[in-house]
Amino acid sequence: MVEWTDFERNTIQDIFSRIEYDVVGPAALARCLVVYPWTQRYFGGFGNLYNAAAIKGNPMVSKHGTTILNGLERAVKNMDDITNTYAELSVLHSEKLHVDPDNFKLLADCLTIVVAAQLGNEFTGEVQAAFQKFLAVVVSALGRQYR
Amino acid sequence: MTTLTAKDKQTVKAFWAKVSGKSEDIGAAAVARMLVVYPQTKTYFSHWQDQSPHSAAARKHGITVMMGVGDAVTKIDDLKEGLKELSELHAFTLRVDPGNFKILSHNILVVMAIMFPTDFTPDVHVSLDKFLAAVSLALAEKYR
Repeated sequence: MVEWTDFERNTIQDIFSRIEYDVVGPAALARCLVVYPWTQRYFGGFGNLYNAAAIKGNPMVSKHGTTILNGLERAVKNMDDITNTYAELSVLHSEKLHVDPDNFKLLADCLTIVVAAQLGNEFTGEVQAAFQKFLAVVVSALGRQYR
Repeated sequence: MTTLTAKDKQTVKAFWAKVSGKSEDIGAAAVARMLVVYPQTKTYFSHWQDQSPHSAAARKHGITVMMGVGDAVTKIDDLKEGLKELSELHAFTLRVDPGNFKILSHNILVVMAIMFPTDFTPDVHVSLDKFLAAVSLALAEKYR
């Protein structure tokens, strides 16, 4: 089981209470699709992903970005049992969506960058460490059911 | 690894022109962040009296690193040749595991996002990420 310090718990709750899911989610997903273009392979049905501007303006990307953040909220609310909380999601990403789990880390890095830009100097090294630890646990849980 | 396109080089040079005035702060912040978020990197600095992230030694090191990055921008057309001596330094004297180049690069990107949130667009991000990866590769050139 993952051990969380009080600082880490409070930091994660605080970040997620402050960020706007429908701003951060779309921004992070769009950034991932631009910075790591091979991730576009999972979004063939999303229409125009031709360039950064198209990706940013794509309503399906925005909607999905928000969906992702809402999914993350489930982990935020169940920090002591993320692995079980995400068991079904892991199966979904493996069996139905066929997402290479290495891609989860790419999206996590983009989320870190977007949240950093949002929080500015409040995104201290200590806050970053807590956020990245949280995302690493999420990434691990999502990859758990792959076989 | 991929080569930098003309667009990448142009993007990196333009962005660097905007931010280089703050390069000391960027470097210091990136190294400080690295020491906090990836504590295993402190193993390379056991010779520092003060290993805390905001120590004078850490700041000085951040400045040194960022000067190297700035230099690499001027040598962007041939990083392998341009960074030959730095590579020899890292290979034979410093012997930094090249995995750490990726770690520091990530923290440089995080600092860019914090300090330049509007300029650090996804297009700039991808070109800078590619550039830092190319620099890392050039630095590892002489390792073996």
